[in-house]
Order: sequence, then C-alpha cells, then structure tokens
Amino acid sequence: MVFPPHLGIGGKIAHYSFILFCGFVFVFLVAPILVIIPLSFNAEPYFTFTEGMISFEPEAYSIRWYADIAKNPQWAFSAANSIIVATCSTFLATLLGTLAALGLSQSHMPYKSAVMGVLISPMIVPLIISAAGMFFFYSNIGLAQTLPGLILAHAVLGTPFVVITVTATLTGFDHSLTRASKSLGADSRKTFFKIQMPLILPGVISGALFAFITSFDEVVIVFFLAGFEQRTIPRQMWAGIREQISPTILAVATILVVVSILLLTTVELLRRRNERLRGISKS
Amino acid sequence: MTSILTADGTPLKDSLYKAEKGRRVKAFLLVAPLLLFVLVSFVFPIFEMLFRSVDNPVLAKNLPLTIEKLQKWEGTNLPDQETFTLVAKELLIARENSKVGKIAARLNFEAGGMRSMINKTVRKVRKYKGNDYKKALIQFDKRWGKVVTWKVLKRIGQRYTGVQYLAALDLKVNADNTIGFQSEDRRIYVKIFLRTIWVSFLVTIFCLILAYPVSFLLATLPLRISNLLLIMVLLPFWTSLLVRTTSWIVLLQRNGVVNDILVALNIISEDGRIQMIYNQTGTLIAMTQILLPFMILPLYSVMKTISPSYMRAARSLGASPLKAFVRVYMPQTTPGIGAGCLLVFILSIGYYITPALVGGRSGQLISNFIAYHMKSSLNWGLAAALGTILLFAVLILYYLYNKIIGIDKMKLG
Repeated sequence: MVFPPHLGIGGKIAHYSFILFCGFVFVFLVAPILVIIPLSFNAEPYFTFTEGMISFEPEAYSIRWYADIAKNPQWAFSAANSIIVATCSTFLATLLGTLAALGLSQSHMPYKSAVMGVLISPMIVPLIISAAGMFFFYSNIGLAQTLPGLILAHAVLGTPFVVITVTATLTGFDHSLTRASKSLGADSRKTFFKIQMPLILPGVISGALFAFITSFDEVVIVFFLAGFEQRTIPRQMWAGIREQISPTILAVATILVVVSILLLTTVELLRRRNERLRGISKS
Repeated sequence: MTSILTADGTPLKDSLYKAEKGRRVKAFLLVAPLLLFVLVSFVFPIFEMLFRSVDNPVLAKNLPLTIEKLQKWEGTNLPDQETFTLVAKELLIARENSKVGKIAARLNFEAGGMRSMINKTVRKVRKYKGNDYKKALIQFDKRWGKVVTWKVLKRIGQRYTGVQYLAALDLKVNADNTIGFQSEDRRIYVKIFLRTIWVSFLVTIFCLILAYPVSFLLATLPLRISNLLLIMVLLPFWTSLLVRTTSWIVLLQRNGVVNDILVALNIISEDGRIQMIYNQTGTLIAMTQILLPFMILPLYSVMKTISPSYMRAARSLGASPLKAFVRVYMPQTTPGIGAGCLLVFILSIGYYITPALVGGRSGQLISNFIAYHMKSSLNWGLAAALGTILLFAVLILYYLYNKIIGIDKMKLG
C-alpha cells in the first residue's frame, strides 16, 4: 500500500485498523459457511476440529457422513421432493413474473406503484404469516399435504425475485432497438423473440435462480403445508437440527454450500454478460 | 378486447376512455395473470386468516337461541327460567352434532374449569326428566347459579369479538365486563413484542456498524478487486439459511470451535466455556450475519455513485479527513443507510427460523409464538391477532420503504 506523503502516523494506524475491521467482517460473513466443509469430513462424531485434523493426519478425515447420506433413503427421497418442487415452482414463477415485468416496465401501465407493491409483498410479509394463511387456504381447496399445493405456494414466494430482476434488466433496455427491428420489417412476435428476449434473458435466468433457491431453501411453508410424504431437504435438516444434530447434517450442508456456490457463479457470469451486452461495463 | 375488461370490473374501466387505451390494456393484461395469482393465493388467504382474530362463531352458531336471549338480559340477576331451558336443550342438540367439545374448549380458553362444567351438565341433562331446568342446572353445577357464568356466556356468544386483541396485548375482560391486565404470570406478549423490536433494532444497528466500512472499502477499491470481495458478500446471501444456522450452532456451542479456540489461547478456562448459543446472544449473532448482505448491498450501490472529488474538494478546502468524511461523505450515503436499515428491520421483525433453532428460551421472537399457537396450542384466534399486529407493523415499514426508497429500486446482487 502506498500512502500519500502527507499521511501521518495516526492516519496510517487509522487506515490499518480500517482494513483490519473490514477483514474481520469478511471473516464473519464467510467463515461460518466455510468452516463446516472440513468439519463434515471429521472421522469422529464431533463438531469441532480434532487434534488429528489440525495436524492433517489422513486417518482423522473420512467420508463416513457422506456414506450415511447415501445409505439413508430418506435423504434421497427429500432431495427428489425438493428438486421437483423447486423446479416446478421456478418455472411457474419465472413465466408469470417475466410477463408481469414486461407489463410493468411499460410507461402505459396503470397503477404501477400499487400493483408493484402487491406483487413484491410475498417477499416482505413475514413467512410465518404467509404460511399460516396458506395453510388454511390450501386445506380448504384440498391441496394441503400435496406436491401441487407446495409448488403453488413456493411459486408465489419466488415471483417477487423474478419481477425485480427482470424489471431491473428492462430499465436499461433501449427501446430504439425494437423500433429499428420493426422498421426493418419484423413483426412484433419476431421482434420479441429475436431482439428483446435475448437481451432480457440474463435477467430472466438470474430471477429464475433466485426463485429456485428460495423454494429450495424454504422450510416454514413446508412446515405448515407438507406432510411426511412431501418432506424436502430443509425440512429433513430442520428435524435433524432439532432432534439430534449429527455430522450427517454437516455433510448435507456442505453439499448445499457447493450448490449455492455454483448458482452464485452462474448469476455473476450472467450479470457480467448482461452488462457487456448492454455496453455498460465499467471495467 | 374491451368486453374482457368490463367483465373484469377493475378500476381500469375509467382509463378505457382515455387515449392509448389499447397499450394500457396490453400492459395490464401482461401483469394480470401474476396479479390474480398473488391476490387469490396469497393476499386473500392472509386476510382470511387474519379475519379469524375477530371471528367467534362457536357459541353464536351452536347455541344461537340462548345467545340471542342473553343479548336482552341486563346482567344484574340470574336469567329467567326460559333461558335455562334453552341452554339445556341447545346443549343436547350440540351433543347430537358432536359440538360440545368445541363449545367446552372455547369457554375454557376464557375461564379455566368451564370445560368440566359443560361436560358434566350435558351428561346430567340427558338423564333429566323434569321441567324445572333452572333448579336442575344449578343443582348439577353450582356455577350455573352465578351471574358471572352467564356474563361469560353472553360475552363469548358475540359473533365478532376483539377479545383476541386484548389477549395479544396482555389484557382481558374481567367478569364484570371491565378491561384489566392479565395476571402477572400470563403477561407475556407485550414483553415478546418489545423483545422482538429490541432484537430487530440491535440487529439493524450491528449490521449498519459492520456494513458501513465494508461498503466503503468495496466502493473505493478498483472494480476488479471489489468484484472479488463482493462475491464474499453474496455467498452467504445464496447459502441456505438452515446451513448458516447449523454452522452457528457448530461454531458457538459449548464444545464448539469458538470455545475451543478461546480455551486453546488460554483466554478462558476449560470450565469457563461461554454459553453463546440457545439464548438471545445466539439469535443476535446468527441474525446479524444472516442479514448483513441486505445492509451491505444497498449501501454499496449508493456509495459506488459518490464521486471521490467531493472528498478531495473538502480536503483541499482545509477539512481534516474525519471532518471531510462526516460532513461531506456521510450525508450523501443517507439513502443507502435508510434502505439498508429499513430492509434489515423489516426482515428481522418477522424472523422465525433462526430464533427457533438457536434462540433457546430468551431468544424467541413473536413469530415463534405465532407458530406455537398455530401448530401446538391450536389457539388460531390468538395466533391471528398476534399475526395481525405483526403484519400491520411490517406493512407500515414497507409503505415507508416504498415512499422513501421506492420498491422498484430494490436490487438483488
């Protein structure tokens, strides 16, 4: 670090403590997530580093907890449920959310702010209230304790993310592109699929990923709406944490961390591609 | 196209007469499917659930004639013979429809011991052959001879009631129909509401203190480095809430990593291990970490737009670095501070999962009590009343957020 010459000793101390503080915050943010990865390979059923692990003895590490997951059919069953629910609800949320965002971003849209307020509300209302409301609603129409009920409930929770990301993509959208396309003879359908769609696609995909992770991680609604047959991974983890926390939970958690790193990387790459396409990249 | 919309009956009707109606209709039609979906399967169910907080059908539906008669009763002396006969007959009808359990349970919420009174009475009335129900009922259970019992019956018989809201605020209606505090040991909800607000406030403040320097660093570093660091902020954002809560349990428990490190460094003794989880401390630490990205991101996006030349100008005009920062830089970040604080506060006031898992007894928030009354005690009326108060608080904050920052300015990552 090169300091300007006028910076005194006090300024240097201030600067270093600032850097130190920021370092501490980054550790606080990331360490809890990363620490469970090595712990999930613990050969002993402890939740802390054994002496063998610290001195990197190979026999202190094992994949027994991962083997446990594979052995227990309940995890495979929950994983299947989670993937089905998350995929279907994401599809629904993305479809409805993208259409709505296309409408909302038009200047002719009436009552824009009020409608937007309603559409974003599933993200704001405390989950426990949403869950309680949906519990009665889906029980009344006979969809409680079924996968379709869970899918619909999760789709509502996912839509705000799609609306927000797609609207954000559309705010930078240059409408002269569609006019150019039309003046060159393309009809509106062709204009949409050839011009508009490719440009907003990154926004749509990151919205979809947000919706996916929302459903994939959701446990409160599952708590109220799902029976044993519809158990998802978070529900299974919840039971594990509540009853008797075993290192198997850490192994599952590690797998989920890897999944979220993959999703995050995808979203980041999409965001950059989007910025590059629209020519607003600053780097 | 026009006919579809008139059938819709929406406020759009007015705008149909104006110019550009076709485009408005088109825009609205794109939004309509989602709006309908959210209204039908989200907004409406929540209102229906909240309606349960004032809805009080059990007595009004199952003892309709008795309740109607009691409305005219002035409440000084015991009701007349006819009322006694009605209640006895209607209890028998209720028994045939197997509703006695419901009636007894509803009354028991209000006054302990009324369940046994109702059950005993129904049992004995079945075998009773005489006509003097007044005498008989008082003989079956002497509480029927007390004015207080009838007052409770009259009050619980009202079709709609505010009594759940009183209960949610630790108040109750006394036997003489005045409003008073619950007994000392049953006053819990006001304390829990205050605790929820206090915990949310602390989490917001902690997040702000931790997020401000980090956002500043991110905004001033070259884009290539800040993009890398930003990933460290976004990773927790994308990681499962349960995973993060699990890691905090692992880290903070008595035999966990943090305690082990402190012991190894001789900061605390082996017996002096600190209890950092399953209490309010655990809730605070875990919630702060979980909500921190929601503070950093809005702060960062505001700070990114502040030109460094303002600070330079202040310095060249003679301000000390601290003064330049406080007087010139910080005021420009107020929109970010407002957005971050409101968002974190809104999210933490309704938090459920983390307090439930790491909160122990002292870390439970209002959401946990709503869940308890929904799932365990099955006192849905009270759950709905607590939920209405919580939702009202959140909606006010949401409205403020929308007014001040604008919901369309919300960014994700």
